[in-house]
Amino acid sequence: MISSYKRGWYSENKIKSLYGFLSFLLVLSGAVSFCNVYIPRESPLHVEIFTITLLGKYLCLAILALSIDIVWGYCGILSLGHGAFFALGGYAMGMHLMLQIGDRGVYGHPTLPDFMVFLNWSELPWFWVGFDSFWFALFCSALLPGVLAFVFGWLAFRSRVTGVYFSIITQALTYALMLAFFRNEMGFGGNNGLTDFKDILGFDLQSDAVRVSLFLCTAMTLSVAYYLCFLLMESKFGRVVLAIRDSEERVRFLGYQTEIYKVAVFVFSAILAGIAGALYVPQVGIINPGEFAPLNSIEAVIWVAVGGRGVLYGAVIGAVLVNFAKTRFTALFPEEWLFVLGALFVLVTIFLPRGLIGLAGDRPSNSGETSRREF
Amino acid sequence: MKFFNVLKQTTMLVAVCLTYPAFSEESETIKVGVLHSLSGTMAISETTLKDTVLMMIEEQNQLGGLLGKQLKAVVVDPASNWPLFAEKTRELISKEEVDVIFGCWTSVSRKSVLPVIEELNGLLFYPVQYEGEESSRNVFYTGAAPNQQAIPAVDYFMNEIGVERWVLAGTDYVYPRTTNKILEAYLLANGVSEEDIMINYTPFGHSDWQGIVSGIKKFGSSGKKTGVVSTINGDANVPFYKELGNQGISAEDIPVVAFSVGEEELSGLDTKPLIGHLAAWNYFQSVQTRENDDFIAQWKKFIKDDKRVTNDPMEATYIGFKMWVQAVEKTGTTDVDAVAEAMLGLTTPNLTGGIAVMNRNHHLSKPVLIGEIQADGQIEVVWETHGTVIGDAWSDYLPSSKDLVADWAKPISCGNFNTKTAKCSGQNF
Amino acid sequence: MSIKNRYLILLILIPWTCLSHFAAAWERDLRDKASLLAQASLRETPGIVADLETFGEPALPLLEAMLNGNLHSRRSDKRLVIADSQSAEQIPIIDAVTAEKLQDSRKRLLTKVRVNNQLRKQIRRIISRITLGSPNASVRHKAVDNMLYNLNPQSIGLLAEAKKIETDRDVLKLINLTLAINDLRTSDESQVLLDATNTVRGNLEPIVFNTISTLLRQHEANQRIQDDEFFLRQIKRVHAELQTKIKFYQLAERFYYGLSLGSVLLLAASGLAITFGVMRVINMAHGELIMLGAYTTYVVQLIMPSYIEFSIYVAIPCAFLVSGGVGIMIERFVIRFLRDRPLETLLATFGVSLILQQSVRSLFSPLNRQVSNPDWLSGSLEINPIFALTYNRLYILLFALIVFANLVLIIKKTDLGLQIRAVSQNREMAKCMGIKTDWVDALTFGLGSGLAGLAGVALSQITNVGPNLGQAYIIDSFMVVVFGGVGNLYGTLVGGFSLGVINKFLEPIAGTVLSNIIVLIFIVFFIQLRPSGLFPETSRVSK
Repeated sequence: MISSYKRGWYSENKIKSLYGFLSFLLVLSGAVSFCNVYIPRESPLHVEIFTITLLGKYLCLAILALSIDIVWGYCGILSLGHGAFFALGGYAMGMHLMLQIGDRGVYGHPTLPDFMVFLNWSELPWFWVGFDSFWFALFCSALLPGVLAFVFGWLAFRSRVTGVYFSIITQALTYALMLAFFRNEMGFGGNNGLTDFKDILGFDLQSDAVRVSLFLCTAMTLSVAYYLCFLLMESKFGRVVLAIRDSEERVRFLGYQTEIYKVAVFVFSAILAGIAGALYVPQVGIINPGEFAPLNSIEAVIWVAVGGRGVLYGAVIGAVLVNFAKTRFTALFPEEWLFVLGALFVLVTIFLPRGLIGLAGDRPSNSGETSRREF
Repeated sequence: MKFFNVLKQTTMLVAVCLTYPAFSEESETIKVGVLHSLSGTMAISETTLKDTVLMMIEEQNQLGGLLGKQLKAVVVDPASNWPLFAEKTRELISKEEVDVIFGCWTSVSRKSVLPVIEELNGLLFYPVQYEGEESSRNVFYTGAAPNQQAIPAVDYFMNEIGVERWVLAGTDYVYPRTTNKILEAYLLANGVSEEDIMINYTPFGHSDWQGIVSGIKKFGSSGKKTGVVSTINGDANVPFYKELGNQGISAEDIPVVAFSVGEEELSGLDTKPLIGHLAAWNYFQSVQTRENDDFIAQWKKFIKDDKRVTNDPMEATYIGFKMWVQAVEKTGTTDVDAVAEAMLGLTTPNLTGGIAVMNRNHHLSKPVLIGEIQADGQIEVVWETHGTVIGDAWSDYLPSSKDLVADWAKPISCGNFNTKTAKCSGQNF
Repeated sequence: MSIKNRYLILLILIPWTCLSHFAAAWERDLRDKASLLAQASLRETPGIVADLETFGEPALPLLEAMLNGNLHSRRSDKRLVIADSQSAEQIPIIDAVTAEKLQDSRKRLLTKVRVNNQLRKQIRRIISRITLGSPNASVRHKAVDNMLYNLNPQSIGLLAEAKKIETDRDVLKLINLTLAINDLRTSDESQVLLDATNTVRGNLEPIVFNTISTLLRQHEANQRIQDDEFFLRQIKRVHAELQTKIKFYQLAERFYYGLSLGSVLLLAASGLAITFGVMRVINMAHGELIMLGAYTTYVVQLIMPSYIEFSIYVAIPCAFLVSGGVGIMIERFVIRFLRDRPLETLLATFGVSLILQQSVRSLFSPLNRQVSNPDWLSGSLEINPIFALTYNRLYILLFALIVFANLVLIIKKTDLGLQIRAVSQNREMAKCMGIKTDWVDALTFGLGSGLAGLAGVALSQITNVGPNLGQAYIIDSFMVVVFGGVGNLYGTLVGGFSLGVINKFLEPIAGTVLSNIIVLIFIVFFIQLRPSGLFPETSRVSK
């Protein structure tokens, strides 16, 4: 497939790296699933279902990191509100799963979710209509973040809000959404959010098989997303985007309407984040306004920084590693883990400006010697 | 190809770390999971409970452990992050293989843990007052249900103080929402007219109370006796009470009864302007009984701070722990099903006198105390129920739940049994 | 009834000396009666307290001690004593009846006489009736004031008597008001009602408005005053006047709330206006520097527990130094390395904020710490009965303005300010002119951080002092700076106050949460329309 593109635009190494990453990801996730399903529990090689769910969560977050990397690492737009797109996607999926509970809720109401019953709502609000269809929910989990990103990005980029200003208003956006979703009147379950899901597409969410399948699904989605990002960033479009990062004014002088490119990247990235959220919710079993917290978005940016931005697998590695560290540290040093995490962020930013992959000597995409501009 | 180098190192690191716990010693211990936030917004309340559990474990080990084994605490930090609560529960049960978990504070953290604990058939003791409307086979609720806190407090206001106008102020989340819903229904049923009830919600950690407090003042200046029922959550209380004091609203004019303000919250507060405002709980540190004196002394010794106070969720943790120990001793095993069955009907002396009973709906029978805040940050009892009140999982005042009961004894064995249809609605089992 | 009243009044008015030879008998009776308090349940106490009223003035110390929760019974001999239960282990005690000084006692040898709200209220009424004859005008004023909201035939009788001999103008006015309100409530004679209406005219006490409203409602329901057109017109006019006045003061109150919120925002943001506005460092640890300031206040109060009144004055410079010092350290060890990568300062300082938060949590425990309000920061400045300015907010408003004025002076008028501006505009050129840029950077960041510390001192007076204090303000601070215009100090000033006022005027319409959301969305759109904020930076140097 790659060969149908103009060869000259990618180096051999890049394609190797792409295939390397994809095959590694798929083989590893396949192997992990195999070890869970077919290797007996007693064997040391057996992977517990707990680990599978955890890995599934990491991979969802890796998709989020990927989406941040393409706006930040490739286009130079630092969004501190990507958590909002992620959470919106999650809510869309959560609403579907909520409706799937049907009359198995604690109050046994045939259509209304539990929280609506005890808030004395008599019927499903209009914006919940349609979410009983899985495909509609999935579609919405991509569409809603996309539309929000389009409106927001179009307004912002058209009036040339850049850099720090953009970061701060994206932060305000996600903060406003968080406050809004906290309100019980909104009809999204308030602080408790949506939880207690039973099944997805008719399969029991708590069964091991479904967990493994969800994990595999996530791995596939990550692979596809990775591949798409690669294609996009290596295309002519991607070149312009890189150029915008390095010098937007120059690109504008060359006659490109840079805001269109920026909006396009931003929307694509938001859709990716939304899909990550949709995959995340069935695996962790809860979605609530806490996901909109600005701190979450900042943290996601930090995964990318730790891994190495401007390189697709840098984002993935960063997300998996930091979250893995978090999981271990919160159990190993429940009292001190924030010191470790905080120190990690400080040290990585100061000493590893190109992230962990910088250690291995990989450079962010095409910046290298030609661009002195920091982003 | 540097990429593969990075990958190789990373994989090895991950592999080592993932398998690491497998080698940990698996000797003769009973593991007790402690699932309280040690960082983030809820750390302020939850760390105390972590320490309480550790203290109880230490005490039990000094008494010779349980079933001849030592107890071992497994402490994790869910960091006030609700999905992390679910993840950590899974980790505690399936990886650490703990036999019981003491944990959670907020309703949302419990809701997040619930599916996991039911799926993996774990055992959770939940020690905080909450909104009710729930009863799970795997959870024992040792805090107060609304009828063990809110309803008696309103009764006290209505009958003893003669309050005719009501302000229901709360933080916008499920506990205040449900409690206020119940109270509103209760007040209307008791002949209070709708214009005499003012309901107000504020966000978490709200700090600018000027407008709301002056609104309450105006609402209360109509000539009828006015009282405030506060379900304002933790952090927001300090600025709320400060504003009350500064705007000159004294407890004699407009008393405030709070369900989330205990000794611990008061210890971070200058209590002078609060004297006379009320709190409703099942436990106060100021109650003088032998058990309570011992408990307070033990706590101060354990935490090595003479100024630390005790509070209601600590007592709930204490009762839960004692009951679990009893149940394990009774059945001779830590098996969840056996212990859960043995729990029903167990009794433990309350720290405030009387006997707590674990009812068949997984809620406790406890006395309800109403106290006034004193200058030293303690709460002194001014009224208490005769005997104990049975915790009601499903409120009788909400139309959606008035037909529901929870009964985990055979033959019903159901957390939400509809008495009208005689069916166990919802839930998979 | 009335005979008893006169008797009471007489008792109060007859000079104490004449009664001295009765003292012994009185004392015994009072002691007997009062000693019942020690064992009584809360239900029995009101009866006993009511009986104590007949003793008049001699019972006052006892009642007042009871009101303040200082009345105890000594376990050894059941004697009622007054002791300040707040103080340390060894407490001085005095006899509740004779005020005789007794030997110091230990806290646990005393049992407190329990009181609750209803009792306190009852005692307050009794005290006001007893003290109506006090020689001290302000005590009498307080007594009448208490009666105003507890009108009953007994107190009206007392007031009518007291009116005849009252000499103090203010007290007399208050007595007249109280009697007038009683007339409006009970009388049916048009002349009496008319006089009463004229007396209460323009008075803003809530009870006046309530009484008039009730009267009008009763009229509409055809219960009272049917055919007195003149009086009706008069009272309606008084009612309308009051309504307008109340509306006006409500508006003023709202505006003050807005300014007060604005001053908090301004304080929190002014440090950021330096670190972010001038240095372009996205300092996510700003909130934690605020928190450090608040904890400094706590520590200062811990060190000087007996001088709480002055603690704030000490805390202000201390907090500035502590937060400023930490700020300089952050600059030296972290930000210095990230000079050309502004967005990355965000990531590093975020890490710093985590570390600072957890350090405070380990050092001071995750619990909130108690910071006391000095007396001069408690209570409120009452402009009239419905419009009062709370002192803590008022002082914070002033403090914010003073801090801001000083900041402007530093930046505009001092050498340091000149250098700061020079470095921020053109680092290379400044260096060439001999400015030690490194040193200026550290000081600038220290200044911004120190300001955050000052905000912490102010916040410690109105909100929780805990590890999460900072997080609540970080986003708001950034919003204020960006809204006002980065790099423009006056922008921050106007931004802070206007956001505060907008928020508070939206609050009654939209509710607290929604008004926050609306303000945020408003800022987002505003920035998209005017990317450089209210007051764009007027620098000659392009970025």
